[in-house]
Amino acid sequence: MKVDDLYQEIILDHYRAKHHSGLRDPYEAEVHHVNPSCGDEVTLRVHLDGGTVSDVSYEGAGCSISQASTSVMSDLVIGHPVEHGLELHQEFLELMQSKGALVPDEDRLEDGIAFAGVSKFPARVKCALLGWSAFKDAALRAQADRLPEDHPSDQTHDHEGAAR
Amino acid sequence: MTTEAETATRLPEYALTVPVEDGPLGLVDDPIPFDVEAIRADFPILERMTAEGPLVYLDSANTSQKPRVVVEAIEDHYLNHNANVARAMHLLGAEATEAFEGARATLAQFIGATRSEEVVFTKNASEALNLCAHTLGSRLRPGDEIVVSVMEHHSNLVPWQMLAQRTGAVLRWYDVTEEGRLDLEAAARDGLVNERTKIVSVAYVSNVLGTINPVTEIAAAAHAVGAVLVLDASQAVPQMPVDVTALGADLLVFTGHKMVGPTGIGVLWGRYELLADLPPFLGGGEMIEVVKMSGSTYAPPPYRFEAGTPPIAQAVGLATAASYLTAIGMDQVAAHEQEITAYALAGLATVPGLRVIGPAEPVDRGGAVSFTLTDASGDQVHPHDVGQLLDSKGIAVRGGHHCARPLHERFGVQSSTRASFYLYTTTGEVDALVEGLHHTLRFFGRGPAAAGPGRTR
Repeated sequence: MKVDDLYQEIILDHYRAKHHSGLRDPYEAEVHHVNPSCGDEVTLRVHLDGGTVSDVSYEGAGCSISQASTSVMSDLVIGHPVEHGLELHQEFLELMQSKGALVPDEDRLEDGIAFAGVSKFPARVKCALLGWSAFKDAALRAQADRLPEDHPSDQTHDHEGAAR
Repeated sequence: MTTEAETATRLPEYALTVPVEDGPLGLVDDPIPFDVEAIRADFPILERMTAEGPLVYLDSANTSQKPRVVVEAIEDHYLNHNANVARAMHLLGAEATEAFEGARATLAQFIGATRSEEVVFTKNASEALNLCAHTLGSRLRPGDEIVVSVMEHHSNLVPWQMLAQRTGAVLRWYDVTEEGRLDLEAAARDGLVNERTKIVSVAYVSNVLGTINPVTEIAAAAHAVGAVLVLDASQAVPQMPVDVTALGADLLVFTGHKMVGPTGIGVLWGRYELLADLPPFLGGGEMIEVVKMSGSTYAPPPYRFEAGTPPIAQAVGLATAASYLTAIGMDQVAAHEQEITAYALAGLATVPGLRVIGPAEPVDRGGAVSFTLTDASGDQVHPHDVGQLLDSKGIAVRGGHHCARPLHERFGVQSSTRASFYLYTTTGEVDALVEGLHHTLRFFGRGPAAAGPGRTR
């Protein structure tokens, strides 16, 4: 296992220039996920427009893998139906749990395929999943909150320790 | 120190399980010159090669490596003497009991305890601290105060938080100075330790900052108000000579695996009169005197605190570890630690963007050095990434909050990278670390790509 398998240039590029970072209004759900073993954290907001993810904004402190993965995730889910984002989450999760055995689908995961090598470093898998888990959590909450139309949109869901 | 005659009367004959030629504690007239290469030869794991060259193990504050004698003592116990202790009325039972109680005596002597009944074996230091919190906690009332410090490992913080929650006691803490030393001035000014204080529990040596705390001073402050002093000596006992009778502590805990011993065993030392006065912790076999359906009475210390089958083989291994360290000489271990820490602090000072969290001078300081690393563009290189890059060069360090999140918050950082040294660490390994950090900066400091390949819409 070479460290360059882990730190693909695409990952480093996203790490150095994160896409869609920063917290923005409006949003229907905000979550805070923490990786208890290392203290990495991300605060992430999801804004839905009907059934479409119209924005994902986030702020976090973490390693290059967790930051780049969150950046790639935001690219992949913004502008698409929530269900598509949740399906991609599932695909990415399976890729991360594959220990290097799965060949990712570039047409679907795009820059996310650069993380295939991460699955060979068990200690880093949770880093790559932090932002994705936060997105799934926020998207489901946003959807749930959308049903009663007059539900307040500024509530904070603090889910420390939810991402393991 | 004890005389040889005292030692001979106190230590049972169990030399079979403690293969140190000069007796159980390797008592020798002249100190053996400290030879790091000879010591390394005792640790087979240090010969391991990685893809990038020899292993450079700089994570000993996390867990230490084990010399062959410790592993062999455990093997010998299991292969030749294994039985349960204190209850088996047969040859092996007698041997195992003798080995276990002999280990207790060896550990007592290692830390200068006046009697071996003051040594309680636990599962680890965390369990020992929970034992302290539970038993001392039975005396607490709402409004009583417990004092810890902001530099504590979570294991010396969370049990006291839980105790405060259970009893209505108030948890207070020593702050630290920017240099990473306990702020005793502020504590005195604020009346931190006062007539309401019942328990003071602090680290002897910080696992993050490396700071050696002025424990006799803290003991005096605690005792002046009638409080009990608990010391978390997990990073101290492995690194320097510790004499529990000289520290002023009432209870002191440490763990086996950080002092070249096995995992699965920790030690609680307590002043006998205090231990005898404390209620039991866990209930079960071996901690009782008489059990009736209507109620039970409890055994005297140390058995009162050792419910169930204790860590027998681990105790044998730990006693061998203590004997090994004694044979080398804890003063020499401490001197080497001091020397290598000074060398490391000087080397790390050459790495641009590196900030040491904790004392930058090798004074009153142990061998754990935590730091943050900022690259040329001003971004912090995350400790996970530092650790991964160093690992790719065969260098093992720890990255994260080192189970001391409040301390990191106090210094305004989320996490840090920690290198820690021990008796087998060489200056060459420190050089490898420094070079590895330069490499890490080059790797992450390539600057932002002109145009990211991200498919932004």
